[in-house]
Amino acid sequence: MPIKKLDKAAFDTWVEACIKKQRVYGVQAKGDRFAFGPLARAADLRLDYDVTLLPPKKYFQPPCETLLTFDRDKGFESVFEDEPFVVFGVHPYDMVAILQTDKLFADGQYDAHYMKRREQATIVVSDVQTASPEVFAGCMGTATIKDGFDILVTDIEGDYLVDIRTKKGEALAKAIKNAPDADDISLKLRKLLWADNTELLQKHMLDVRPDILPDLLGRSYDHPIWEEKAERCYSCGSCNLVCPTCYCFDVRDDVDWTLQKGERRRVWDGCLLSEFAAVAGGHNFRRHRADRYRHRYYRKGKYIPEKIGEIACVGCGRCITACTANIANPVEVYNSLVHERK
Amino acid sequence: MQTIDPNVDIYRPVPATVDEVKPMTPLEHFFSFRLDSGEEFGHMPGQFAEVSIPGIGEAPISISSSPTRKGSFEMVVRNVGNVSGALHRLSEGDKVYIRGPFGTTFPVDEAMKGQDLLFICGGIGLVPVRSAIQYVLDNRDDYGRVMILFGAKTPRERLFTDEFDEWRSAKNVTLLETVDHRDEGWSGPEGVITTLMPLVKVDETRTIAIICGPPIMYKFVITELLKFKLREDQIYLSLERHMKCGVGKCGHCQVNNIYVCQDGPVFKFSDINAIEEAL
Repeated sequence: MPIKKLDKAAFDTWVEACIKKQRVYGVQAKGDRFAFGPLARAADLRLDYDVTLLPPKKYFQPPCETLLTFDRDKGFESVFEDEPFVVFGVHPYDMVAILQTDKLFADGQYDAHYMKRREQATIVVSDVQTASPEVFAGCMGTATIKDGFDILVTDIEGDYLVDIRTKKGEALAKAIKNAPDADDISLKLRKLLWADNTELLQKHMLDVRPDILPDLLGRSYDHPIWEEKAERCYSCGSCNLVCPTCYCFDVRDDVDWTLQKGERRRVWDGCLLSEFAAVAGGHNFRRHRADRYRHRYYRKGKYIPEKIGEIACVGCGRCITACTANIANPVEVYNSLVHERK
Repeated sequence: MQTIDPNVDIYRPVPATVDEVKPMTPLEHFFSFRLDSGEEFGHMPGQFAEVSIPGIGEAPISISSSPTRKGSFEMVVRNVGNVSGALHRLSEGDKVYIRGPFGTTFPVDEAMKGQDLLFICGGIGLVPVRSAIQYVLDNRDDYGRVMILFGAKTPRERLFTDEFDEWRSAKNVTLLETVDHRDEGWSGPEGVITTLMPLVKVDETRTIAIICGPPIMYKFVITELLKFKLREDQIYLSLERHMKCGVGKCGHCQVNNIYVCQDGPVFKFSDINAIEEAL
């Protein structure tokens, strides 16, 4: 499909049309920060945001999600998402995280709950206009994205280039009326913006290429940094909570007031929480903070890459912001492993 | 193995009925279940299932019977949590909900065939191993000598004692027992499980060892097995972790890069010896 060019008014008209037709979530101001939420009008959409408090994973794996309903006499019934929705303004690094999570939920045992939500979603990625203070997506190769999204919008001097890639994207873009194709100059400017963003989204500089991280970690299991950092860890799990590639979960039953019926729900969990690897009877297989702290780095930098061939850190920097103990900067950790070899 | 039907829900359990339930020790109950569909459960020795009680939750529990014993499948449940506590309150005819079977199996049809078998079990480690013992006894001519070493904390915590005569009377089977702490009724040996190991004669050229017990037990037992000159690939063990989802997603049972629920719970020692968090 040709790439369309919309001025601000035409873009807002399109967004309004989308909102009329279906559920739309979009990035909006929340205090002095930004967050994804239900979008009521185009004027609330803030594509100039730097980073959202939580990643858009909450729409595909909600913090509390009903998997099954049950009746104590009749057993369990599956509950699947069945209503289409749109997520507007996902940054490229967050889209990379979504594509990784897709693989992890689909590979091996197919998780129909997650995958049906993904099927219902149309994702509009927005190129980054403002670099957040902690972002390092440029080092991770995720400052821009070439494919995997439904639509990519890019702000070029106040106009929007709308790059439509999938059937779902085409369906959403049907509401665009009389927009011209993007001119060559705009397309050149978009290329320049991509190059700029790769440079700009490096508020922390990783001193190595990310693809060497699995090897680096392979040699660093007993490095003192795990103890040093974890000594200050509160085991609060904030880094897990805000991470676009964290997807570990717990499952629990909630019973309604009749004590007869209820729901089996999946809730977010975090490998930094002290009881994460505990078993019934009390034994905890990752009792020490350093073991839990290290495990998260190895998941992101070694274990998941060995599975899907990609580093499971997209450089959004949310963990750096969220960590109250100031120990969660992945770039700092990786650079230490490079420079302080033991 | 891969489920790709988008309408199959890997988290939805199917109904089963309690055929039999009886206390086995002060902490453990024995259960026999039957799938309401009338089908066999289809497990192999070493595998586990997720057992649900609606409103309470779901827990991973080892399957204790051999698939050679048709009709029902058995479990022994220690009362240590919400789900196991609720299971202990069930009676014959009550319903539970089951997912599975999950995980790898003791190599009863591969590496164990034709070999002498040394089973070393601590406490409820005997629960999953009993499935393999039954399987071997039901196909007795396919295997060599069978040596079973079982250690319990106290005599009261011994499991499956009413079956020991049957096991001992099978051809070429040795069963030795010890307890960590004796009481007035116990005349057998006292001491940890490794104290039984010098009592068996192992032909290292034709023995497969199967170990299951509390986490602390493994390294001591393995040290002794290596002294017998067993190679690392002649030793199999079953790891305990919290296999919350059973399908390799939730992350709880992960041991470094492996998922115990899918890559285990049964591992060849040579495959996990280098994995830091395993033992």
